[in-house]
Amino acid sequence: MTAAPILKLEHLGVTFPNHPVFSDLNLTIRQGEFWSIVGKNGVGKTTLMRTVLHQLRPTHGQVAYLPAANDVKIGYVPQFRNIDADYPLTMRDFVGLNLTGWKWPWLSRKEREKVQTILKRTGLEAIANRPIGQASGGEKQKAYLAQALVEAPNLLILDESTASLDPVTKTELLDLVIELNKSLHLTVLFVTHDIPMARKYSSQYLMLTPNGAEQGPISGLTQEKVWEGENV
Amino acid sequence: MFSYEFMRNAFAAGTIIAIICGIMGVFVIARNMSFLTHTLSEIGFSGAAFGVFAGWAPLNGMLLFTVVSSVIVGQLSARSERREAATSAISALFIGMGILFLSLANKNASYATSILFGSVIGISAGDVQQMLWLSLLVLLVVFVIYRFLKFDSFDHTGARVKGLWTNTLSVTFLVLLALSVSVAAQIVGSLLIFILLTLPAATAKYFAHTVGGMMVLAIALALIGVWSGLTLSYVTNYPVSFFIAAIEAIFYFIALGWQKLQTAE
Repeated sequence: MTAAPILKLEHLGVTFPNHPVFSDLNLTIRQGEFWSIVGKNGVGKTTLMRTVLHQLRPTHGQVAYLPAANDVKIGYVPQFRNIDADYPLTMRDFVGLNLTGWKWPWLSRKEREKVQTILKRTGLEAIANRPIGQASGGEKQKAYLAQALVEAPNLLILDESTASLDPVTKTELLDLVIELNKSLHLTVLFVTHDIPMARKYSSQYLMLTPNGAEQGPISGLTQEKVWEGENV
Repeated sequence: MFSYEFMRNAFAAGTIIAIICGIMGVFVIARNMSFLTHTLSEIGFSGAAFGVFAGWAPLNGMLLFTVVSSVIVGQLSARSERREAATSAISALFIGMGILFLSLANKNASYATSILFGSVIGISAGDVQQMLWLSLLVLLVVFVIYRFLKFDSFDHTGARVKGLWTNTLSVTFLVLLALSVSVAAQIVGSLLIFILLTLPAATAKYFAHTVGGMMVLAIALALIGVWSGLTLSYVTNYPVSFFIAAIEAIFYFIALGWQKLQTAE
């Protein structure tokens, strides 16, 4: 049985003054799918993600969450965060930051348990009380992921989150994501330049090129195809 | 010392100021707003001078100028790369206006000195009460928006991605900061106000392990500075702002040294 759609891009286009980024983009993303978004720098991957996050209004078409916008919770993991190395912010504190709302300043017991569960799930339990400024690149990325997951999203966007990691840490992080994808039926959008990683983990791909976009099952994505797309 | 009413008032006011500065200072440091806080204190000087010129209480002039300008600064410096230049321009303009208002008010240099450097003797029970209400207002708003403010201050990218109203939060925080500056200026003066709003929190950052811990430590350091400053000023008859500035600066340098030792290990 085909899973239900969670996100639909319909004739989507974004144009900056005198510069069309992409146009007439159509895409249906279903619950539990793992999409890799590839394409060279400047082709509009981040613009597309910002449009999906409703941070940018599309020039044409629309981004529709299904069955309704309220049913889709998005977790977003960017490549970098501007966090001062001296901040007295533990990994635990950092993950808990995402639990906002008109509530007491301190976290409730239920919320603390929620944070603890995510720390455990992402393998950060042992270093939960370490300041995030002192964590390694891989541990920080895991903390960003844990923060995105603490509100139980059903759509996770990894925006070049693995770009600055070494191959071992990258694999470790993506192993974790695929495990969440399988066990929680979490839908993933993975923006990347790393084609072997995209092929290893994704089920589908969307390749943006200066002339348009191509999509399909991940088996159809090759490094050569990306190079061709980049040279259009 | 406590047999004098003015010293009792000064200690009460100092305690309120230390608490508010400890809490607000944590966000000032997290948001990298030390320079902007310095500018708001100069704007406070100008506002107090305007108050004198207009025949108001200096605190009311300060409140008017700092609150209005904090909103303008917030709008002008929404883009962080423009913040420094915009803040410098506003700072220069307001110092100039402060001098002009003092001159128009025909007040002598000692009046300017007391606005700039603060005064222990001049604080009445009525002033303490007004400071208390203003501080309670600031604390109440911080309490209500605490989770949003903490997220935006310590992880701006995360807060923006989550769709928090970061611009509104920024302006709200600046208004709260303006109120805190006006309150705290009563003792240490407008020129040295940023000391209490930045140094205790900047020092606490190196010793605390959590944001809550940083807040408690910043309040404690501010309290030690203010209480010791007032006592030393009473005993020696030297300006209270000198002692507070010196104590807080020493704490900060110790913290820097400690941090250096930690990283060297």
